[in-house]
Amino acid sequence: MAKSGPKSILQIRPEGLYCAPGGFFIDPHRPVHRAVITHGHADHARPGNGHVLATRETLAIMQSRFGAIAKKGGQAAGYGETVTIGDARVRLVPAGHVLGSAQAVIDTDQGRVVVSGDYKRRRDPTCAEFETVPCDLYVTEATFGLPVFRHPESAGEIGKLIRSLETFPDRAHLVGAYALGKAQRVIKLLREAGYDRPIHLHGAMRGLCDLYQELGVDLGPLEDVETGKGARRDFGGEIVLCPPSALRGAWSRRFGDAVAAFASGWMTVRQRAKQSGVELPLVLSDHADWDELTATIRDVEAETIWVTHGREEALVHQARLYGLDAEALSVAGFEEEGQ
Amino acid sequence: MRAYADLLEALVYTSARNGKLAILRRYFEETPDPDRGWALASLTGDLDLKNVTPSMVRGLIESRVDPLLFRLSYDFVGDLAETASLIWPEKADADAEAAHPNDLSLSAAVDQMTAVKRKEAPALIERWMDALTPSSRFALLKLGMGGMRVGVSARLARTAAAELGRVDVGALEELWFGLTPPYTELFAWLEGRGPKPEVKSHLAFRPMMLANPLEEETLDRLDPGDFAAEWKWDGVRVQLTAKPGEGALYTRTGEDIGAAFPDILDYAQFDATLDGELLIMVDGVVQSFNALQQRLGRKKVGKKMLTDHPAHIRAYDILFEGGEDLRALPFDQRRARLETLWERTQPGRFDLSPLVPFEDWADLTEQRQSLRGAGIEGLMLKRRDSAYLAGRPKGPWFKWKRDPFTADCVLMYAQRGHGRRSSYYSDYTFGCWRPAQGDTADEWELAPVGKAYSGFTDEELKKLDKWVRAHSTERFGPVRAVEPGLVLEVAFDSIHRSKRHKSGVAMRFPRIHRIRWDKPHAEADRIESLMALVE
Repeated sequence: MAKSGPKSILQIRPEGLYCAPGGFFIDPHRPVHRAVITHGHADHARPGNGHVLATRETLAIMQSRFGAIAKKGGQAAGYGETVTIGDARVRLVPAGHVLGSAQAVIDTDQGRVVVSGDYKRRRDPTCAEFETVPCDLYVTEATFGLPVFRHPESAGEIGKLIRSLETFPDRAHLVGAYALGKAQRVIKLLREAGYDRPIHLHGAMRGLCDLYQELGVDLGPLEDVETGKGARRDFGGEIVLCPPSALRGAWSRRFGDAVAAFASGWMTVRQRAKQSGVELPLVLSDHADWDELTATIRDVEAETIWVTHGREEALVHQARLYGLDAEALSVAGFEEEGQ
Repeated sequence: MRAYADLLEALVYTSARNGKLAILRRYFEETPDPDRGWALASLTGDLDLKNVTPSMVRGLIESRVDPLLFRLSYDFVGDLAETASLIWPEKADADAEAAHPNDLSLSAAVDQMTAVKRKEAPALIERWMDALTPSSRFALLKLGMGGMRVGVSARLARTAAAELGRVDVGALEELWFGLTPPYTELFAWLEGRGPKPEVKSHLAFRPMMLANPLEEETLDRLDPGDFAAEWKWDGVRVQLTAKPGEGALYTRTGEDIGAAFPDILDYAQFDATLDGELLIMVDGVVQSFNALQQRLGRKKVGKKMLTDHPAHIRAYDILFEGGEDLRALPFDQRRARLETLWERTQPGRFDLSPLVPFEDWADLTEQRQSLRGAGIEGLMLKRRDSAYLAGRPKGPWFKWKRDPFTADCVLMYAQRGHGRRSSYYSDYTFGCWRPAQGDTADEWELAPVGKAYSGFTDEELKKLDKWVRAHSTERFGPVRAVEPGLVLEVAFDSIHRSKRHKSGVAMRFPRIHRIRWDKPHAEADRIESLMALVE
């Protein structure tokens, strides 16, 4: 690790990414004394930390998921507000990933680091749009870091779902979507496309949908699938949102011959979509696609790019082709290649 | 191209057989000739567009995309046509509407790909790639290269066509090898607008009868008196049709391999269609599968090859004799006809696969276990009253492979898989011990003996992947070398000498039998014990 310059600001420790001048971790995977949390997804926000700095929305999401934010409490920072921690000044700016998601902008006397967390560049009616912050060192995700991933327009994908409802008016449409972010975005996109019927929710989706509504994201009429004991209704022609794992579980049997849809960036690749047992793949992603990733590493004008979370190798290669100093964080100590 | 692309997409995402049939039927109903015929040919593997090859497509991509980015993408996606269709960079300045020929018809595409000069083929494909949507690009490349991977077998595609005309698929299969794409005559017949097509070639391939693997617990439910047993030879299952002065030799999928085996056709001086095993035989001894491998896949065969690797047919069954269709007869009667024919003609390079007499299942089980003969893979059980049916009917025929050999080997290298497994190290190269080469006396080194990527559960794969990552010593692209430490018990059907492999031996069909987390790697097998298993 460099002794000075922007690279000296961040260190890889067993707990996760550590900001030395500020004495805090960003999205640590083990409980730490002080953490900055970029967003509420489980691989970024974990319970049990001492102090937590995050956006108001992310704190609310953590509260609703864990029942508590941190032992010594959470500190809310609005987008753009500067908070001093140790010798670092921290500012959270929108990442466009899910409601409340932020990039951590860290200013020190060694320069400026931006840790992106997860992000996307395209419009999302459920959260604030990604903001480009020029910096010296940019830490980017690379979930879809291969040039085969070019996410199509979301309106077209939602159109596929609506057309399928017209083609199969008697079949329930089960849409697998992650409970935080994707589910609400699917609902909001449906509303924008003029779909105003009630949308049905698996029990696991309810809490976060309610929270989104409380935080000002209007999702229209929502109904629970499980109303009353053993309630059985005909869901033919209705949209039912559920966690992806429920698509093929015992729970889904009540819908009979349902159309199984899955809203995910992975649906781009046919054999993957097929292996997840999906009949209607919807390419809807809350992560940047290849074009967004490669545009971002240029837009931030950073000299150094660190790549983490996903397919680092290709993006590191591309960044080097752009003449940037790029490294995979896995080389620096991480070893994660999951999805 | 749009309709064909939609067809492929719908087929991929429909898993039920009936759903696939419905999609295909609708496509055949709605699509005019000759497009639907070309689509059918692409699904049955009968479309052979020689100008579009994987290496050409790779070349095209590498002219547009960084080679490393392409390789990483291909590793992840696992299918060349799909990788190419997704990674293809759209031209920012292209006049999209003028260029987008989504009305490019299937037949126009086939005609142009056939007519184009080989040198000009890449430019043609490149033009189309620029103009089409990703989904149509995928369809175009699949059409050109074959290998659809949409979960439709040739038989299923033919079944859908047969359903269109409410005819039995058997009747269609019978005609099939006499028909050529785009099958306009066939569709005319199926739609009741024309006569049944005449199959001109009397050397046509007839669909072959295949066996199901025997599960040993089934034996108790079978009466040994109902079955005949014969050896299952380790060669290539073939169908031979001979007429005076001419003949044809097909693999069990109907591929014509006659050109590579003129010696067989020369000796086939009788009028019959036989089912048998193609072998290499020297001085009455069946040679290893490797010897046969030398002669397969050749367009032409030289004199030396003919002398050194003489081909031989060991006959199992007879389908036709002198134009008479014997397939409806019971096995026993066909066998008698086969024996009579053989006694009468005594053709060189041919013999009969002998029946294996047995008292009861215990006796046969014992014969199978003591079996270590050259070139024998196991046993076949055939119901004595079974007619010769197309496909793999359940019940009449069983194959009962002999137990595999096993060896304890040490993991040496691991390679990332493709597609679903692209984030896992799932292909394993393993070795056995031999005295170190050079003069380091008393030292032992590992020499690779094979590579396997099956035989473990998803749970085990996760553990193996973790082990590989924790014990790697070097990385070469998608491959990691690991320190010796993990013993894999590998099962394999047979083992042969091989000059191409450093260890001097090559396994046939190796797979991971067990992972020996417990076994010290120093106690894994030595090469010499594998050598003892060479037949």
